[in-house]
Amino acid sequence: MNRLSATFEACRTQGRATLVAFVTGGDPSPANTGDILDALVEGGADVIELGMPFTDPMADGPSIQEANLRSLGAGTTTADLFDIAGDFRERHPSIALVLMGYANPMIRRGPQWFAERCVEAGVDGVICVDIPAEEDEALGPALREQDVAMIRLATPTTNADRLPAVLDGASGFLYYVSVAGITGKQQAAQDSIEAAVARLKAQTNLPVAVGFGVRTPEQAADIARVADGVVVGSAIVELIGEHGKDAPGPVRDYIGTLSDAISTARTAKG
Amino acid sequence: MTDQVPPPNSYRSLPDERGHFGEFGGRYVAETLMPLILDLEKEYRAAKVDPAFQAEFDDLLEHYVGRPSPLYYAERLTEEVRKDAPQDKGAQIWFKRDELNHTGAHKINNCIGQILLAKRMGKTRIIAETGAGQHGVATATVAARFGLPCVIYMGARDIERQQPNVFRMKLLGAEVVPVTSGAKTLKDAMNEGLRDWVANVHDTFYIIGTAAGPHPYPELVRDFQSVIGTEARAQLLDRVGRLPDLLVAAIGGGSNAIGLFHPFLDDPDVKMLGVEAAGEGLGKRHAASLAGGNPGVLHGNKTYLLQDEDGQIAEAHSISAGLDYPGIGPEHAWLKESGRVDYSSVTDTEALDAFQLLCRTEGIIPALEPSHAISAVTRRAVDMDRDQIILANLCGRGDKDIFTVAEALGVEM
Ligand SMILES: Cc1ncc(COP(=O)(O)O)c(C=O)c1O
Repeated sequence: MNRLSATFEACRTQGRATLVAFVTGGDPSPANTGDILDALVEGGADVIELGMPFTDPMADGPSIQEANLRSLGAGTTTADLFDIAGDFRERHPSIALVLMGYANPMIRRGPQWFAERCVEAGVDGVICVDIPAEEDEALGPALREQDVAMIRLATPTTNADRLPAVLDGASGFLYYVSVAGITGKQQAAQDSIEAAVARLKAQTNLPVAVGFGVRTPEQAADIARVADGVVVGSAIVELIGEHGKDAPGPVRDYIGTLSDAISTARTAKG
Repeated sequence: MTDQVPPPNSYRSLPDERGHFGEFGGRYVAETLMPLILDLEKEYRAAKVDPAFQAEFDDLLEHYVGRPSPLYYAERLTEEVRKDAPQDKGAQIWFKRDELNHTGAHKINNCIGQILLAKRMGKTRIIAETGAGQHGVATATVAARFGLPCVIYMGARDIERQQPNVFRMKLLGAEVVPVTSGAKTLKDAMNEGLRDWVANVHDTFYIIGTAAGPHPYPELVRDFQSVIGTEARAQLLDRVGRLPDLLVAAIGGGSNAIGLFHPFLDDPDVKMLGVEAAGEGLGKRHAASLAGGNPGVLHGNKTYLLQDEDGQIAEAHSISAGLDYPGIGPEHAWLKESGRVDYSSVTDTEALDAFQLLCRTEGIIPALEPSHAISAVTRRAVDMDRDQIILANLCGRGDKDIFTVAEALGVEM
């Protein structure tokens, strides 16, 4: 079993949801990302989503757009990103690590090249915003060949007709983007999330993690009651924007509040 | 729009059913948009074979846009070019006068088609990106004509250099949103358009302004713009009884060029030249993605892009805001690889010279975009025989550019 499946399975056994934490790699600079990732782990994150910076993050709201610009402004390269991932893997042999980003930086040197670097750096899965199931060929076969999970996204607009296509070739977990929109502040209603997760789980055995707009421990706990995983991104990225290289402390504390809320969500009266 | 069945080995049979032109094109969009794009494709297929849709499109082009646009023999420009040509050389230069369209450019052809699709799909809100402001003006125009609210995303830098068009859009009732991310030009406006769209898929139609973006946009924009080539072909046959030897058009995303070229692609004796913006020169800042780029994925399609070795998109540069884009429509990427169309580039300075040349020889103030094509035309014409015909797309008028040109020429206005 790979690290992603093992992580979701272990959390399930513990009676809690998996906490997935996103940060943009190289923000505020490549030298600072290692400490920030460690802070995520210390705070209680189970899966790390390391964002690959891109000049044109068209599915992201202002917070993550700015993080991308800060990272690129600091000179972050693809090589830096794989170094960050590889170093993380050495320090944390069992924490699941996923790369998230846009197609162009991933396929620039060819999908095989990218898949091989993922394996070398101990990356367990990849989320690519702008490679939908229809364009899977551009990256999916190369990742599967190397046993790197191709994590697919489902959204409120993914209708029943399309869902089988989305699930075909998906692995690791299914990422439910709970709002039709960009990353940031907007939040979906709890009952719509609940209905969507039920709909997805009827079609797949993959764990379902829910993200977009999650920021407070209360929101995280609500989602943790109905989904296998909770994804938090913009709120962490904003802390990094605010504190820069001093972000590890605040990030650790913040993740701690989410992790605490999630660990008791299913037993506490909701 | 043309719906004849292309012959075998045709250059006109793409995209395939997945929206690919060879390795280019496709649908590289976020999952949120995917169902909508599939819907749009279905609706477009139905519209394409619906005589009522075609009739409404044709009617608006004739009575609202002012089509057919004239085909014009530029006699004085031809004479001027012949002065520098070897004896017996100097091809005849003809222009397709799409600058005479309502709103002053070819962009309106496509906007009429897309707003009819929006109406057909029951969408109630229109968004668009714009560079030079020509597509923004054309979109604001059709939105006003059909009574739909309209939001135009425009790079803050382009807003500065295209003030007249910004005011036009506002007069037409559109909201113009300045985009301050990235290089603050067309690419960033397109990012912002896509961000709006994912958040408003339920009621919003995105009128993309060039033959790029996710499938089916490159195909439908091409089909709507093909009115240019279809008319020109019939007009030239009617006037001189034969086809042109060379077609020339400027390329930003490639919509006016593909509109001119496509109806001629299966005429083997007609050569074609697409002209990219070489900006300050290909070794410096420019916008020539075929000449200086590599294949990659941006804004929903795979195509040639200006980018670095890590796949980060480079900032384009051209004096012409309408050509200032680091990518190109996927069908051009494919036509380049297939060898059917030649592509070259023209610098800011050369375009400015051609701009002034046309003003003085023909009494026509062209936009800076087709000035790139005109420069290439004068370069080619001197090597061609006098009985040969070059047909170039005069795809926009220069009113919007007079401030930019004045500044470049050091004239205080
Ligand atoms: C007059 C004119 N020509 C050309 C272009 C470039 O677009 P395309 O290559 O799609 O024709 C523009 C874009 O704004 C324009 O306004």
